[in-house]
Parts: sequence; C-alpha cells; structure tokens
Amino acid sequence: VNLNLRPELLVPELIILLALLALFVQTLLPRARTATAAGSGGWVAYASVAAAIAAAASIGQSGTMFYGSYQVDGLSQFFKLVVAVGLAIATHNAAFGRTPELAAEKRPDYYMLLVMSAFGLMLLTSSVELMTIIIALEISSFSLYALVPLRAEKPEAAEAGIKYVMFGAVATALTLFGLAYILAEHHSTYLAVLAGRDFGFTSAPLAALGLVLFAIGFFYKLALFPFHFWAPDVYDGASNETAAFIATLPKLGAVVVLVRLAATMGPALEIATVLAVLGALSMTLGNLMALAQKDIKRLLGFSSVAHAGYIMIGLVAGTAEGLAAASFYALVYLVMNLTIFWVVCRASPSGRNLELDDLSGMYSRAPVLAFVLAVSAFALVGLPPTAGFTGKLFLFASTWGRGFDWLIIVAAVNTAISIFYYLNMVRYAYTREPDEGEQAMARPHLWANAFGLLLAVGILAIGMLPGSVFELAAMAGQQLLP
Amino acid sequence: MTEAGYPVLSSLIFFPLIMCLALAFMRHDGLVRVVTLFASLAQVLLALPLLAFDPALGFQFVEHAAWVPQWGLSYHLGVDGISLLMVLLTVGILPLCVLCSWTYIGKRVKEFHICLLLMTAACVGVFVALDFVLFYVFWEAMLVPMYLLIAVWGGPERRYASLKFFLYTLAGSTLLLVAIVAFFRAGGTFSIPELMAGSYSFRFQFWAFLAMALAFAIKVPMFPFHTWLPAAHVQAPAAGSVLLASVLLKMGTYGFLRFCLPLTPDASAYFAPLMIVMAIISILYGGFVALGQSDIKKLIAYSSVGHMGFAMLGIFVFNQRGIEGTLLVMLNHGIVTGALFMLIGLIYERSHSREIADNQGLGKFLPAYMAFWGLFALASFGFPGLNSFVGEAAVMIGAFQHSWLVGAFVVPGAMLGAAYMLRLSLKMAWASPASPAGKGWLDLNTREWVYLAPLAVLTVWLGVAPGMVLRTIDPAIERLLSDFEAKRQVVMIETAAEARPVPSILAAIGLDARNDGPSPATLRTKENAR
Repeated sequence: VNLNLRPELLVPELIILLALLALFVQTLLPRARTATAAGSGGWVAYASVAAAIAAAASIGQSGTMFYGSYQVDGLSQFFKLVVAVGLAIATHNAAFGRTPELAAEKRPDYYMLLVMSAFGLMLLTSSVELMTIIIALEISSFSLYALVPLRAEKPEAAEAGIKYVMFGAVATALTLFGLAYILAEHHSTYLAVLAGRDFGFTSAPLAALGLVLFAIGFFYKLALFPFHFWAPDVYDGASNETAAFIATLPKLGAVVVLVRLAATMGPALEIATVLAVLGALSMTLGNLMALAQKDIKRLLGFSSVAHAGYIMIGLVAGTAEGLAAASFYALVYLVMNLTIFWVVCRASPSGRNLELDDLSGMYSRAPVLAFVLAVSAFALVGLPPTAGFTGKLFLFASTWGRGFDWLIIVAAVNTAISIFYYLNMVRYAYTREPDEGEQAMARPHLWANAFGLLLAVGILAIGMLPGSVFELAAMAGQQLLP
Repeated sequence: MTEAGYPVLSSLIFFPLIMCLALAFMRHDGLVRVVTLFASLAQVLLALPLLAFDPALGFQFVEHAAWVPQWGLSYHLGVDGISLLMVLLTVGILPLCVLCSWTYIGKRVKEFHICLLLMTAACVGVFVALDFVLFYVFWEAMLVPMYLLIAVWGGPERRYASLKFFLYTLAGSTLLLVAIVAFFRAGGTFSIPELMAGSYSFRFQFWAFLAMALAFAIKVPMFPFHTWLPAAHVQAPAAGSVLLASVLLKMGTYGFLRFCLPLTPDASAYFAPLMIVMAIISILYGGFVALGQSDIKKLIAYSSVGHMGFAMLGIFVFNQRGIEGTLLVMLNHGIVTGALFMLIGLIYERSHSREIADNQGLGKFLPAYMAFWGLFALASFGFPGLNSFVGEAAVMIGAFQHSWLVGAFVVPGAMLGAAYMLRLSLKMAWASPASPAGKGWLDLNTREWVYLAPLAVLTVWLGVAPGMVLRTIDPAIERLLSDFEAKRQVVMIETAAEARPVPSILAAIGLDARNDGPSPATLRTKENAR
C-alpha cells in the first residue's frame, strides 16, 4: 500500500477543483469587477458539464490511491457523474435566475461554496476509509453551513443556518463517536479490512452500535427520520436556489456512503433492521407531514424525508440488485427534485418563498412550465411512465422476498398517501384560475421553458427506457457485491 | 401465438401519441377539432386489420421486444378473444367522443383533445399489454388525462370529483404493483402468458388475489368501492363520462378475467362467494339508488354500478354462460351507456340542467332525440331483441346454473332496471314540460345524428345477431375456464399432499366434517393449522 497517485483517474475531481480555485481567485478580485458577466457564475455550469463528461468517460476504470483510502470504482464514478450533472443543473438554475436575493458582490463566494460542497461530495464517493469519509463529508457540509444564510436581509435564513449547523454538529459528533467504537472493536478504519468483520448485535455489540452511530451522520444528510427536523426549516429559510442544491446533491453523498457500508458489511447485515424501521417511519411521517404543508419548499422538504425512506428499501436487500436500485433511485430523486425546483425558481423571479396558491393558473401564463411541474410531481408520486415509477419498481423488485416484504407494503401504502399533496400542486397549476394581483407570475423566458422541457423529457426518457442508465448502476452494484 | 405482419397494436398506441404532439403546435380551435376527428377516423382504419382475428388461436398480433433486459421487462403486446372487443370498443368510441364534444367543450380545446387521444392510447395499451409492468404503466398512465378531463372541463363540483377519482383509483392500484413484484419473485418473469403457465401456493394466491382485486374492484366499481363513480360521472364532461362508462369501467372486469382467474384460480374460487355477494349487492343497491335520483346523469351512473355488478357476477360463477355474459355486458354496456351519456350531454347543452324536472316532456318537441333515448333506455334495462338483453340473459343463465339462490337474487335486479329506466324515460317523454323553454330547443342536428346512429345500429344488430361476437369470444372463454379448472386441481392436490397429516386431526376435532375433497374452506383451515 502506498500513495500510488494516478491523476488520470482523478480528472472529474481535478476539473471541479480547478473551478473551485478560479472562483477563489475571483472572490479576491475587487468587488466591482465581480459584478460583471463572469461574476454571475454561469460558467460554473460548463465546468460541471466537463466534469460530468470526464466522469462518464472514466466509468469502467478502477484503482486505489492515497494509501488505500481513496478508491475509483464503478460506484464512485457513477455517483461522480450524477453529482457533476446535478451541480451543472443546480448552478445553471442559480445563474439563470441571477440569485435575486443575493447581493451581486457576494456571487463569487456563493458559487465557490456551492462548488466546494460538490467537491466534498465527489471525494466522498471515492472514500473507502472511515476518517477520509468524515473529512470529505465535512468539506461538503461546512460550505453548506455558510451557504444557507446567504439570503439578503432575511432573519429566517440566519435561523435556518444556525439550525443546520447545530444539527450537523451533533450528527458529526455522533458519527465520530461511532468511529471510535468501531476502531476500538476492530482496530481498523479501512472498509476493506472491516468487510469481513463481525457487526452482530449480540456477538459484537460495540461494533454494531458504532456502525449505527457512524451511519447517523449520513442519516442526517439524507434527512432520514428521526434526523429530519432540519430539512423543512432549512429549505424554508434558504433561498430557492440554495434549497434546490441542499435538497438534492448532499443526499447523493449520504446514499453512496450508505451503499458502501451496506455492501462492505455484507448481506447478513444485522443493522438492516434498523435501516428498515427508520425507512418505514421516515416515509410515513414525511408523507403525513407533507399533507399539511402550504409552503412549497416545506412540502418538498417533507417529501425528501419520505424519499429518504424509500431509498432504504434498496439498502436492506443485501444484494447487488438492491444496491443498484438504491443508486438508481438516488439519481432519479436528484433529477425529479432539480426539475421541480427549476419550476419553483422560475415561478418566483423575486426569490420569495412560494405558497401553493402562487401556482394558480400556471397553465395559462406558463403552459410549458406547468407541464414540467406536472411531470416532476407525478414522477415524485411514482406514476408511470416517469422515472419515479421505474425507480420504485426496481427498488420493490430487488427487495421483495428478502425478508423485508412489510417494508415494501408500507412503501406502497405511502405512495397512496403521497398522491394528494403532489397532485395538489398540479391541481393548483391546472384547475385554478390565474391570480391577477401584483404577485402574478410573468411570462417565462424562452430558455426557462426549453430547459425545463429538457429536464421533463429526461424524466420521461429515464422512465420509459431506463435500461442504459440502470446498466451503470447495475455495474456499480455488481462490483461491490459480486 | 401468432406474430403480426406489421405492428398493428403498436400503431394503435403510438398513432394517437404522435397526433398529440402534432396538436400541441396548432393554435386554431376549429383546426384542432377537425384534425382530431380525422385522426380518430384514421385510428379506426388502423384497427381494421384486427378483424382478421382468428378465434381459434390464442394471443394474436403479438409484438415482442426487449425493454429493460436487466429486469426481464419486455414490450409485449397481443390480443385474444377477451381483449379484442375491448380494443375495438375503445378505438370505435373515440371519433364519437370527438363529435359529441364539438360544441360542448368551449375552453382549452386543444388540451381537451390531447387528453382524449392520450386516454385512447393508454386504454388500448391496458387491453393489449402482455407484460405485467407494461400493463401497469398503461393502467396508471390513463389516470392523469382522465383526471384532467374531469378537473378542467367538468361541472361545478369538478375539483372534488376529480380528486376523489384520482385518489381512489391510484390508492387502490398501489398494492397491485406490490402484487406484480411478488409475482415476479414467485414466477421469475413479468410476462403474463408465462406467469399464467405457472402455479402458486394457496397462501400466495390469497394475498395476491386481495391486492389485485382491490385495484380492479375499485375500477369496476363494485360495492362498497363505488362512491367515486357517481361523483366523477356527474361532474365529467359528456365525452369524459362516455370514456368512463365505455372503457374505464371495463378495465376492472378485464383485470379480473385476465389476471385473477388465470393467476390465482384457487383464491378466486375461495373468494367467489364473497365476490358474488358483493356483485349482487352492487346490482340491487345500484338499482335502488338509481330509482331515487332526480339528476339524470347520477341515475345513469348508479345504473352503471348495477350493470357492472352483472358483469362481476358472470365472472365468479365460473361457467361458460356466465363469462360469455360478462364479456357481452362489458361490450353492450359500453355501447348503450356511452350513448346515454352522449344524449345527456346533448340535452344539457340545450337546457343547462341535468335535473329530470327541467328536461320533461321532450317527446313533443324533440321527437328524434326521444326516439334515440327510448331505444337506448330500452336496451339499457335488457329489452329482448336489443343488445343488453343477450348479455344479461347469459349472466342470469350462468347464475342459475351456479345456484338457483344466486339466480333468484338477480331477477329483482333486472326488474329494478326496468323500473328506474321507465320512470325516467316516461317523465322525459311525456310529463308536462317544466317551462316553456323546451319549446325553443332544436331537435338533433346532423352532427348529433352522425354520432348516435352508429351506436343505435350496433344496439339493434348485436341484439338480434349476437352470434358473431359469441363466435369470437367463446374459444377464449373455453380456454380460460379449462385452464382455470386444471390449475385449481393442481394446487388442490399439492396443498392436500402438503397437509396430509392434518386432515385426521381436523376430522378428529370435527372441523373437517364433510370430507368430499378439499373445498376452499377446508383449505384455509389447513392453512391456518400449519
């Protein structure tokens, strides 16, 4: 085991790192110059696309670096691709809307923090050593703590930022506590070494407890019950563009680590029961709470709690198929949410928080965006022929008959519960007459329609022809659990 | 199974979708109507090759292509005697729906027609899909356009009605997805013909049947899951009601025939008494409630509950006559009730009311209208010589073959049909007009003649010469029933073999009193005992 640096495997990370450095230089420039076009941050999306292409090109390669703590494999490259695509959409979303609630001179800082968080997530996808995982997680989290309050003159944003950092600190503390237990029991932090070790509740209680505590940091990122309390408040307090990022990309980081843990600890993972119970509670409570929401971002916050529960289905299966289905669902979740946030951000050019009422009459003012909203909302329900349906089908099909049938039935019942609030958005957009007041939505820009339509077509395409995308996830799963 | 020369069924699914895309770029309302009308006629022409269907063979016009190979999903289509008529009905009703909304729909015309075309594509897909997941995709895909049809173009209570429709039907079918996944694990495939060849343990069938039956019973709709139907029917625009009555409701009974009987034969037999009781309640309840309605559309909606009860009854008596009757009721109810909803839409355009009191005494002023109404009303309650009589008579014969008790309960149901239909029709034809407004209303115009006449011809023709239809469906029903009986025996023998030591104990404690082979009831006891 040695440093074994192979830069050719790190191209996606290096591209993002270069973008990060460029943004850092930009923050040092005189403020007047950053208010120009280059300072608007639109170019970051191109850099992310380049990183996505690099990640796509590197699929199929593998290697271990940095004394065995950093590993490039099918799973890491799949998630790097998804993170890069997500970053491209999220930064494009922010740049296109010109981050209305942010002073122009703060924009370079804003994008720098966004990119830094994504960089941390990219490192997270490849980390195979517990300490490295925590460091990558913190790189990603710290920049988010700073991002949330970046909303001009909104005390709610500061409140949200404090909530986020407090919850985050506690979660990290628990994670480190868990790390200590695992280290004490098994004397190693390398996943490869831990793979064969005992994590049974009765045979190795310390290690099992340590593993549960370690996972809590990621449950927190994923907003899984009971670590979900921050999600609706933070989405609510943060600006729309920031919420679009927080709702999507950090969850990928959590999923990738949980997938790795589930794969390494083996199919007979005893804490799977813990995951399943938390998943069931998470989807049920998330959906029930979402039913009562009027604010769209809070609604989506609770919806993300429910979706965190759905992802658990794939993790408890203990098969390569299950891990592949969970990874695929994470991708689908990202696309669905970024799409719906694209519509929310366009429907609120001033950057204020939207209520359901604000969607009224969208069909007549912005018919294309209303269609995009409908597609993403129905995808979140899991209605065919959208990607949300295929994602759920794969989750169910991979886990049925593996001892967690009850969890699938709970998930199916939850789909029924969740219809109402997702459909409600479509109802407001399509069946209510437009609001003629001052707050009424203006006709959207042509590109707002075109890009939204592109995302909606993406959701439908992944829903109808999921084969090639799923193949990537399947390869990742096969590598982890041959 | 035979392969098609060219993809007939795919063209029926994709042609409307392509036309939807084309419509999206049109701006003029009149153009949209004309284009949709021609598209729907072209759709009928595209369906003509289906008439070459050979009743003696199984699935025909089969198309098969890999879809998601990792999960064994395939794009697999085909029709047999059970689905063929439904496909033809779906395709045939579309141009009539376009015509009956010609003046009825005044706002968002383009979106309306897109929804109609989407509905047609999805409904054809439901009836021809031979892959379980593909079936589910079409089954759910149809909800959204139907929801929009009610929610956007419906009556004053449209928001409530459309939401209820959506929640009921989607909530019911979430467990269907779980059943599909469970079948995948049990049978190793999503292909319906392959799943049909397998046999499953009783315990598995028990739960799978319940999950599937919930989805299908809501769609039928069967008492006590019927409450969404009157709301949806009353609020939907005329064309929406026609699609609901003619096509959507049939998916429920189709589901029972296609999935429950072949896949879960034992559970079907086990639950048959319950289903028969629910069907009889549907018939009687639908009839009694219809008798008390003052809203014409609500009355016809409740009569649908009753008619679909007949269809359900025919399935669960498990004999040739009964299932023949079910398929005939499905077809004829589609024609007759569709026509009645068109007539209601037509009078609503004149009176702007669906109350009987506002639409009385029309015989004098709208003779052609009342003539059509009379024909379809007579057909609806099973007047001999018209189409519904054949189906209901077959169901009744099947019911009496099954047990005279069941038959005895159905007879008052048929009489109730006559009672509420005659009460309504007599008032509409001869009661004194509520207001002089009726005198100014115009009788049917050419467009209205054009969309009513084909249905009237079919009503009479299928009434006097049902043989053509019977020849198409009989072989398929025979196959269905022989498979059903064969598979029931297989599972019974297996279950009996598994549980061999138990019967002596049961006999000892007196549970297995009548030892004439393992009846479903004793099977369950054994199941519990294990």
